[in-house]
Amino acid sequence: MRQNQNNKLKGPNLMASIDWFTILIYMMLLAMGWMSVCGASYDLDQGGSIVDFSTRSGMQIVWIGTSLLLGALILMTDDRLIEALSYIIYIGFLVLLAATPFLAHDIKGSMSWIKIGTFSIQPAEFAKFGTALCIAKVMSSYGFNLSRCKDFVISVALIVVPMVLIVLQRETGSALVYSAFFLMLYREGMPGCVLFAGIAAVVYFVIGVRYSEVALLGISQMTLGQTLVLMHIQLFTIGLIWVYTKNKAIGWQILGWGTLASSVAMLFARFIFPCNMMWVLQGVSGATVLYLLYRSIRDNVVRYFYIAMFTIGSLAFFYSANFVLNNVMEPHQQTRIRVLLGLEDDPRGAGYNVIQAKIAIGSGGLRGKGFLNGTQTKLKYVPEQDTDFIFCTVGEEEGFVGCAVVLLLFLALILRLIHLAERQPYAFGRIYGYCVMSVFLFHVFINVGMVLGLTPVIGIPLPFFSYGGSSLWGFTILLFVFLRIDAGRNRMKR
Amino acid sequence: MAVDYELEKRKYVLGGVAILIILIYLIRLFTLQLLSDDFKRNADSNAFLKRIQYPARGIITDRNGALLVYNQPAYDVMVIMNEQLGVDTVDLCQSLNITREWYERRMAEIKDLHRNPGYSRFTQQLFMSQLSTEEFSRFQEKLFRFPGFYIQKRSIRQYRLPHAAHILGDVGEVDPDELANDEDKYYQSGDYIGKLGVERSYEKELRGEKGMEILLRDARGRIKGHYQNGKFDLAPVPGRNLKLSIDIKLQALGERLMKGKLGSIVAIEPATGEVLCMVSSPTFDPNMMVGRQRGKSHRLLSQDPHKPLLNRAIMGQYPPGSTFKTSQALTFLQEGVITPGTAYPCTHGFHNRGLTVGCHGHGSPLPLIPAIATSCNGYFCWGLYYMFGNRKKYATVQDAMTTWKDYMVSMGFGYKLGIDLPGEKRGMIPNAPYYDKAYRGDWSGLTVISISIGQGEVNLTPLQIANLGATIANRGYYIIPHIVKEVQGQPLDTMYTNKHYTKVERKNYEYVVQGMRQAVLGGTCHTANTSMYEICGKTGTAQNPHGQDHSVFMGFAPRENPKIAICVYVENGTWGATYGVPIGALMMEQYINGSLSESSQQKASAFEHKYLFTPTVYNATESE
Repeated sequence: MRQNQNNKLKGPNLMASIDWFTILIYMMLLAMGWMSVCGASYDLDQGGSIVDFSTRSGMQIVWIGTSLLLGALILMTDDRLIEALSYIIYIGFLVLLAATPFLAHDIKGSMSWIKIGTFSIQPAEFAKFGTALCIAKVMSSYGFNLSRCKDFVISVALIVVPMVLIVLQRETGSALVYSAFFLMLYREGMPGCVLFAGIAAVVYFVIGVRYSEVALLGISQMTLGQTLVLMHIQLFTIGLIWVYTKNKAIGWQILGWGTLASSVAMLFARFIFPCNMMWVLQGVSGATVLYLLYRSIRDNVVRYFYIAMFTIGSLAFFYSANFVLNNVMEPHQQTRIRVLLGLEDDPRGAGYNVIQAKIAIGSGGLRGKGFLNGTQTKLKYVPEQDTDFIFCTVGEEEGFVGCAVVLLLFLALILRLIHLAERQPYAFGRIYGYCVMSVFLFHVFINVGMVLGLTPVIGIPLPFFSYGGSSLWGFTILLFVFLRIDAGRNRMKR
Repeated sequence: MAVDYELEKRKYVLGGVAILIILIYLIRLFTLQLLSDDFKRNADSNAFLKRIQYPARGIITDRNGALLVYNQPAYDVMVIMNEQLGVDTVDLCQSLNITREWYERRMAEIKDLHRNPGYSRFTQQLFMSQLSTEEFSRFQEKLFRFPGFYIQKRSIRQYRLPHAAHILGDVGEVDPDELANDEDKYYQSGDYIGKLGVERSYEKELRGEKGMEILLRDARGRIKGHYQNGKFDLAPVPGRNLKLSIDIKLQALGERLMKGKLGSIVAIEPATGEVLCMVSSPTFDPNMMVGRQRGKSHRLLSQDPHKPLLNRAIMGQYPPGSTFKTSQALTFLQEGVITPGTAYPCTHGFHNRGLTVGCHGHGSPLPLIPAIATSCNGYFCWGLYYMFGNRKKYATVQDAMTTWKDYMVSMGFGYKLGIDLPGEKRGMIPNAPYYDKAYRGDWSGLTVISISIGQGEVNLTPLQIANLGATIANRGYYIIPHIVKEVQGQPLDTMYTNKHYTKVERKNYEYVVQGMRQAVLGGTCHTANTSMYEICGKTGTAQNPHGQDHSVFMGFAPRENPKIAICVYVENGTWGATYGVPIGALMMEQYINGSLSESSQQKASAFEHKYLFTPTVYNATESE
């Protein structure tokens, strides 16, 4: 009788508890991904079959098949076992990551690939899952409180250690993916202002460096980068005032006077006397800070003070970052940062990659050119056309309709993951779920964004689309471990 | 486990961020993919290499199928400087049979931006032009050893015989004006187009249609095969072959006889309007206009004071002289001014109110047929005088003039006949308003009397005179003379098959034919007479205020079922009988018998060496 009951609970219940909706999205993304790899790797010289295992599209079938097998295997294991092994898995990956640069062979300057037989694997793709498991385990442990400084530092350290190890493999792009875990930290109680400050810092830095050499109105001291960053600081400040204080009028005042002063100064510099406008913009920022401080004392509202601090901090960060970049860093270090932002490593001059990507996508039109009919990707106008720039093939062959379907599938996956994470009875499952969701969101954000010319060119794969076993296996494991944890959510009732 | 509901709300922030990102990306995709065509055009110019395939130009033969113009493949050796590094120069020079010095000089020339302004390291540059087929096949075998060297096939026009340059014309690179006027946008800079002769007038038929290969080109410029396996490729349509109505032997004889003389011979088959020969002298060897020497030859010929480039047969406008009297006889008969029996006096010319038009000695008065046979000036002056003075029939002299003009126009004068060659001139037939203007309305038949004998304001092209001969041979109609007998796979334009009837009845033509026959039997053309067939003819001695009179002959043979109508016009050849008649007779013999008799051969040789001026000799094989 007990045996019977156990069967009832374990057998049918497992199948019923699995979130088939997520698996359906997963399968659809795999199918579209395979079509894209076919399109991108189709060799016009050889023609031949797309299922031939000597071709990349044929090999991708192998990777997809093994991924499905891997997913099924994970679903058949016990989630409690996975949870119990979290630390071991994490430490194992740290050791592997540390050893990788010594075992790896150089592929285009990256030391992240280990050769096993005829295949190469990239441990960094799998370490995301280990890190997510470990951080979920630590943060769900009894008495853990993110608002306590020590605990916060521990969780950040868990993220930063693998990041550093991956940077040492010269895979900065993959390392940056780990910053996605801060989204999870935000959900788990990290103050929103930390996340906001972090994002603001990234925006200042990226914009500042990216447009640092574009002179505005032909005045050399006045760069587009600096102007844009100062404008962003001003807008962020106004945004904070609107969100966190009841007095909307102050925001309008600052916006109005700032815009007026800047415009007048801009017109003066343009038509009357070319002068360095930066002083005016900086003056506007300074005046805003002074005004906020004044209001905080007069109205006795401490939030004005915090916002003023944010503005000061922003200016300080931007100018110190600029100073460090230009005066402290060695030229080769500067180059590294510029490479990361997609400003260098551009074999044919400024923006060739992004321009070709845009041409490929733009030429797709509404319905695309049809399966295997794309020309730009096949003829190798688009760089890395079957890995990092795979989305170009979707754009070219499947058109706007195909792109929208793919993006909406990813959105559905991410929203579904949020929903699944929130329904977890334990913090472990929820935290792990948010890690998974954050990783997917980061990959889609950066990869599609760079193809569309909206984010810096950071070489990370598009999940389930980019060719390669390591990334496909890595994402599959990441996702299916969560599905297994989710399938066990009802155990509490037993 | 305590659930922090405040924190749970953050799922909306994260979900919102995800939705926002995807939304921004969808908007971006929308603008990239749906709002602009630029990317599509960019993609096409990236990926597609549209390579034009040139059709073979149609070949040209004479009426008997003798080959006149054909295509010869020529092979240019091209080089891409950026790709040719490391080529074994010694081997290359041996394979192309050039010296090391030549190679180095040529390479320096290619790179010299002054001599070669379009130079680029990445595009094909001409290294050596027009290899013969043997040189090409020898080089082709070794081509794989010379990366960066390519062979480009071209085809050049070849003329098998040094004759008929004006008729055949030539081809050359299309010029900016032609490109601007090209409504179909068919031509591209560097394409060849017919410039003169039938090469120009039948350009559309001869050229065919260009084809297009759509090739895929990868990011490194390598060709990766045909787009969609050539589904959208367009095969070139070869040009149509032309069969000219010219008899090249007759043409050759004509050119021989006209050597050293200015003028023209035009022969027409009356029944069809086909032009049997069209000689314009001086002429030149059409091979002068082939390939790179075309520009230089053209310059040389255009500087020659005797204007060899001028096709006198259709561009020369001459007074027809007495040959024109036949048209007057026809008009007077049809208008009832005369009957065949009407006789007019001629006492060494036409004398009326102090006006005298001189004539030579013959019996007087005389009726129409002997008047034609002896080419009596007086007879035709009286005819015109009575016609223009007939106030019962024509209310004014202007009315008479208009009637007269209508007759002339119906015979093909005064307007372009419409031959299928470029540049035809219309000649000159005066009308009433013309004289009203010239004489301020105060004129009469006497004022304009010289038009009746083919002088004065009347000008005809040799083609129009020959066509007059054809019309008389046909007894009343002509078919617009044309030089192309057949266009391969395409019927001839009805313009060249329809009969044009003149305003004169057939019976009246018979009297003129009799007169022309009498002229050969015992009149001005008696030296043309032969027992082989009945020749009808009419001489002309056109007065030339600038020098010696022009010698003209118009005739046809045989009298019944005529095979050939001819006009011979020799500038400054004095009497019609001096050059016109004998040359015309030789031409007729050549065409009707297919060859010349022994005595005629001697006569021809004699004429060949009778120079009225010293012709310049051009050498067609002269190199650049």
